[in-house]
Amino acid sequence: MLTFSAATLSTVVVAACGGKPATTEHSPETPAPPAEPQVVEKSVTVDIKKTVQTLTLYSGRSEKLVAPILKTFEKSTGIDVRIKYAKSAALAATLLEEGDRSPADVFYSQDPGALGAVEPLLEKLPASVLTRVTPWAQNHEALWVGITGRARTVVYNTAKFKESDLPDDMWSFTKSSWNGRIGWAPTNSSFQTMVTAMRVLWGDAKAEEWLRGIQANEPTVYPKNTPLVAAAGAGEIDVGFVNHYYLHRALAEQGDSFPARNYHVRSGGPGALIMVSGAGILKTSRNPETSAKLLSYLLSDETQENFASTTYEYPLVPGVGEHKGVTPVASIKHPSVALADLADIKGSQDLLRKVGALA
Amino acid sequence: MSLTSQEPKRVPLAASVPAVAITLVLVAPIVYLVIRAAGSADSLIPFLWRPRIGAVALRTFALVISVTIGATILGTTIAWLLSRTDLPARRVWIILTAIPLVIPSFVYALVITSALSPRGLLQKILGPYLGITELPSIYGFPGAFISLTLLTYPYVLLPTRAAFTNLDPAMEEASRTLGRGTWKTFVTVTIPALRPATAAGALLVALYTLSDFGAVSLLRWETFTYAIFNQYEAAFDRALAAALSLVLAITALGIVGIESWTRGRGRYHSIGPGSPRISHTHNLKHWRWPATASLTTISFVTTVGPMAVLSYWLAKGALAGESFGDLWEPLLNSLTAAIIAAGALTAVAFPLAIFITRYPGKLASIIERSTYIGFALPGITVAIALVFLGIHVLYPIYQTLLLLTIAYVVLFLPTTLGSIRSGILQLNPRIEEAARTLGKTRMQVLLKVTVPLVRSSMLAGAAMAFLLTMKELPATLVLGPMDFRTLATVTWAAASESFFASAAASSLILILVTAAPLTLLLTRGLRQSDSPHTY
Repeated sequence: MLTFSAATLSTVVVAACGGKPATTEHSPETPAPPAEPQVVEKSVTVDIKKTVQTLTLYSGRSEKLVAPILKTFEKSTGIDVRIKYAKSAALAATLLEEGDRSPADVFYSQDPGALGAVEPLLEKLPASVLTRVTPWAQNHEALWVGITGRARTVVYNTAKFKESDLPDDMWSFTKSSWNGRIGWAPTNSSFQTMVTAMRVLWGDAKAEEWLRGIQANEPTVYPKNTPLVAAAGAGEIDVGFVNHYYLHRALAEQGDSFPARNYHVRSGGPGALIMVSGAGILKTSRNPETSAKLLSYLLSDETQENFASTTYEYPLVPGVGEHKGVTPVASIKHPSVALADLADIKGSQDLLRKVGALA
Repeated sequence: MSLTSQEPKRVPLAASVPAVAITLVLVAPIVYLVIRAAGSADSLIPFLWRPRIGAVALRTFALVISVTIGATILGTTIAWLLSRTDLPARRVWIILTAIPLVIPSFVYALVITSALSPRGLLQKILGPYLGITELPSIYGFPGAFISLTLLTYPYVLLPTRAAFTNLDPAMEEASRTLGRGTWKTFVTVTIPALRPATAAGALLVALYTLSDFGAVSLLRWETFTYAIFNQYEAAFDRALAAALSLVLAITALGIVGIESWTRGRGRYHSIGPGSPRISHTHNLKHWRWPATASLTTISFVTTVGPMAVLSYWLAKGALAGESFGDLWEPLLNSLTAAIIAAGALTAVAFPLAIFITRYPGKLASIIERSTYIGFALPGITVAIALVFLGIHVLYPIYQTLLLLTIAYVVLFLPTTLGSIRSGILQLNPRIEEAARTLGKTRMQVLLKVTVPLVRSSMLAGAAMAFLLTMKELPATLVLGPMDFRTLATVTWAAASESFFASAAASSLILILVTAAPLTLLLTRGLRQSDSPHTY
């Protein structure tokens, strides 16, 4: 522990000596002395962009996922992005309190719910942004667009099944033959969004019936997706209801021999839902054009590929492929449900409580 | 000031004006909540008058009452063991039993769910030897009760141990001389003398439990705070969140009322001159081993175990070549914020403590009660309320360290104030009066007499403010300056995406850095007056 922190220390001190903070970008890996020609070139580029533009971004997506991408944006455009990270819902509440005095230019949310809550504060997006994104992942009034997608899926243990052994639809998992073999994470917000999709597509009564059916099969409860995927790999459970990318993290960590894979329900429906993270520009933005530049950057082929390979999420720009090993979006029968309809998480929690899946 | 005319002492304007100004900031969250809840007043009554809200209230009260009782028993027992007995390795225990204070509850929650879930780390370790395939579920009331009791007992332990230490044994000796036995003396003299300190600690436990989100959400025991978060996060309904927060605030003020009623108007300083001697040490005999075993278990569950899990994650990540990112800047930011907050809280708490103790009355009790509002409300509610304040009143300092510091004052004032107040209460006002009659001005007395005499309480109050600020998350995220990353925020960022090694790296640094001043403070106290074996 101590050795590690000491190492971090020295790196940062060197980096801090190497360049001016904030606006000039010298990556910590290349703190070259000023005499070297390369660096001279670099500082010339910085001088040209003397009028430093700044953008204020509220990000409900974790720093761990987006900070490197935003760093690259700053480096390539010279635009200084000032970021506030917090939970998407907390940022939505903050934006609503700030109203027309908000310092924010762009709101980047983990899920459509928080974007829906601040829709009255959002500006219509320019065509240059909208045309990038696949139509199903856009808000109908062009107030925000999806940036990346995550699919609901069934993770299964490959030592016990082939994909073709698995049932066609989500209803089959309510059969008593699945008793004691299922894992789920009812507190997880993505799971709750899938329940919302069930209510939208099937109606509340059917959704309740499905939940009761699964409950009757005594599923093992996990606090979140990561341990659920680990449990599927360990054979503690046969199948689990999760988001697709946790499997790919486990594969990256433990290699392709990790004995679990994703199964996107063949017959489609809410079990094959694709959810999105998304972003919009605030009406209060003082730099709507620069804000649009940031969104365009997030939707550029390069960034979308970057997301695909680092977070294993689905690109939402036509023509950009998924990460190797991730089931192509084209072969998933994901339901067409308006993203705005998925906002009623509260109702789904009430239903989960009613069937006893939530306290 | 018609109120003050009824009081025994006239309140000088120099004392009342700043006190009232501070109070206005402290009640700002309530003003905000009323404004926000009034926004959709028609739907509030039907919303609050549902059976489900009644169930939430019952669950909240059950948890608050049982955790308060549990933490008070645990805290006073440990305080007694540490200050009045010949417990082996007492100095080590003095530090280890206080350490739960420095572990952020969201980190504790992360460790607990990963380690103690039915098929978690503990099962993997124990399973092969004991043949356990699945641990019993930790969810629901028992889990919430046990974890909150273990996380909060230091709030009772620290003031009670200080009270034991400062208690003039002459009082107990007098009781025994007058014919009361050891046990009777303990019940009729010692316990009443400890009561203000213990009750103040118990009050903090009750309010902490009321405002806690980490443990109850994780262990799925739906209290008011849980329901408030749900309104923000699942329903995006600020009006209903505000209404629930108001109910919570009223509950909190009720609890504060109960505490001040039990405190009464007693006097707690000894009248005689001089400093207290060291009191006699109880010989534990064969009870020393069960006592040691109990403390070992508590430390293992609250501190050693979680630290071991974090170290395991860190080592695993480091071996796999995971990068931890830059932790130097978050460390500096955390220290900056915490040191400023400690200074600000002490600077605000000291005059308030003087005001409350020296000019008791209606105004003082209103001020004192208002300090508890921020502590009892969930962090997210206080943060959003201060966004409102920042946007509408304090716009020039919005998203600056200054507004964030104000947030920390609103959130943590009762801990610092409590510490300083107990110091002042034990100070005989005759000493100050003597200095006044010797021709010193009020200010000179304050600086030359009062401050030096309560210095150690001020230091303890500042240390408390420092460690609470180091751990704080929701207000830091929402109100901090742009790009302001602290150890708590980077830990949260990593933990929320299940990057365990990164979360472990930053939280271990956070815990170690926060434990350092606490350890210093505890051992400093030891050297001064708390070491029966050396006398």
